[in-house]
Amino acid sequence: MPLATSASGQSVFNPDTSVITNFESAAGRNTLSDQPSLSLSEVEVAFQSVIDPYARADLFLAATPEGLEVEEGYVTFTSLPAGLLLKAGKMREQFGKVNTMHTHILPWADRPIVSQNLVGGEEGLADSGMSISRLVPNGFMFLDAIGEVYSGDSDVFQSDRRSRLSYLGRLRGYRDLTEGTNLDLGVSYARGPSADFPDLTRQLTGLDATFRYRPLRRAIYRQFVGRTELVWSRQDVPAGAEQRAFGFYGSADYQFARRWFVGVRGERSGRVLDSELHDSGVSLSLTFRPSEFSLVRGQYRRTEYAEDETANEFLFQLNFSIGAHGAHPF
Amino acid sequence: MRACARHVLLIAAVAVLAPGPAAAAVRIVTTTEDLGSLAREVGGDKVTVVALAKGYQDPHFVEPKPSFILEVSRADLLVVVGRQLEIGWLSPLITSSRNARIQVGANGYLDASANVRILEIPTGQITRAMGDVHPQGNPHYWLDPANGRRIAQAIKDKLTQLSPNDRAYFDQRYADFDKRLAAAETRWGATMAPYMGRKLVTYHRSWPNFMERFGLNVIGYVEPKPGIPPTTAHTVQLIDEMKAQNVKLIVMEPYFALRTSQAITSQIGGQVLVLAPSVGGNEEASDYIQLFEYNVSTLAAALKQTTTE
Repeated sequence: MPLATSASGQSVFNPDTSVITNFESAAGRNTLSDQPSLSLSEVEVAFQSVIDPYARADLFLAATPEGLEVEEGYVTFTSLPAGLLLKAGKMREQFGKVNTMHTHILPWADRPIVSQNLVGGEEGLADSGMSISRLVPNGFMFLDAIGEVYSGDSDVFQSDRRSRLSYLGRLRGYRDLTEGTNLDLGVSYARGPSADFPDLTRQLTGLDATFRYRPLRRAIYRQFVGRTELVWSRQDVPAGAEQRAFGFYGSADYQFARRWFVGVRGERSGRVLDSELHDSGVSLSLTFRPSEFSLVRGQYRRTEYAEDETANEFLFQLNFSIGAHGAHPF
Repeated sequence: MRACARHVLLIAAVAVLAPGPAAAAVRIVTTTEDLGSLAREVGGDKVTVVALAKGYQDPHFVEPKPSFILEVSRADLLVVVGRQLEIGWLSPLITSSRNARIQVGANGYLDASANVRILEIPTGQITRAMGDVHPQGNPHYWLDPANGRRIAQAIKDKLTQLSPNDRAYFDQRYADFDKRLAAAETRWGATMAPYMGRKLVTYHRSWPNFMERFGLNVIGYVEPKPGIPPTTAHTVQLIDEMKAQNVKLIVMEPYFALRTSQAITSQIGGQVLVLAPSVGGNEEASDYIQLFEYNVSTLAAALKQTTTE
């Protein structure tokens, strides 16, 4: 069946284009947050297409009040031998689970405290580099071994010369438990010159686990996702003891009707440069999805900061997409 | 010494001239169990077949689980329904498969929709205000035996291309399936003939090929628009319409909730019929022909029962 073409016939090769808009609102007092009352916090423009029989391109531009930048832009080589998958470009590093999630995939209106404190904040850990992965054959589970190298230009790692790179390794295992339940486990390690002290090293270790329940006969009406990530940060400081920080979140999200989801999240995290300071929080959220292409979310968030400040906030999120219907990785 | 050398030469000659081991079975992965069943009919014991989506789950909303990546990574042939049915989940599986053989457009990739009869191809402006529209036509096309035949033929041609030595085998398997299907079609046609022109309602817009094949008229849907769950206003309107046209039957798939359909049929004294949308949709629909055996016999019985009293 021939597809529609323009006069030149070239438009059939146009990439899948989509625009995903995130509008946020925040109410309640939080002296330690600069989140405004109302804001068009992010417009993500995606261009995705096959390049040739050997590779595909995925580009994501993100426009925020701070400006327009390339959130991710990478080529994936899909036809390499030896079961290898190679990506090159600017990418959200495969540290844990949340770090790779774009705003519209998050099950919350915000990112967890541990992401904010230890893994690069809002932008996350994203950098220019290369990623290679290989499936580890075994009879028991899906096992993916990933190695990544980056230039060292992110909110976590900053390199002042070419020879100092940042590295990441990840091992991800997945197994179906029944036809409707499964378990996804991962361990990640990232290392590089610290953004705070470029001569010194910063290390991040992470553990993540995701449990999903989605009965196949009722898949459009019911699902449950339990997630947790634990992150350990080790930061060398000049003339001082190594600073160690630990953070985690645990969350549960439940779909109770065709278009309704409810969620809860508990979390606690130290801070990179001061082992003594901790922030903790709890959130409750309710999400309505009029269709696959939009969502409306209300989230109550209570945060207890190390500075003895407690913030009770209500967050509102509206996220909608137009254009090609892209599919997300699992 | 000489005897020994002669023995070695004899063994070497046998090793070189004897027929090699049988070619390994073609590993086929299909997105739905319908394609899987048709692949088994044509491929017989020269193929192994794995279907990713179960017949009782909504094929639009399958999760691209890593266990599926493993299956696709080992496939020699990937057969897909196409027409954007799998648009929500198949692409990440293909990208992460590390399998050059089955990339879109490669030799081991077969879009089964190429030569089939597609209905409901939208004309004019298409927007998502119309619900979850399929711009390339209705993708539930396997629910017409004539299309099943065309899909089987496409699979046969592709298997012959991948495994040319087995051409005669695949031809014979296809001919046998064709014969059985034709005989069954005659039976189904006879069973459904008394009910041609009868009207009914379906939950989702997923039965046009089936209904066209057996001469039935779908006068409305429980969903106000494709992919939009039932609303009170639309349900009331549908009840009125069903009463006005004396329509008693609602046909639906096992993966939709029964509640609204049951509420409607209790209002009009009608019946909800859960049919099998795919092979594996229930226990009786064990292969492509049995899928229609179940659906035709169940539907005919219900139509007979609700013939105007």
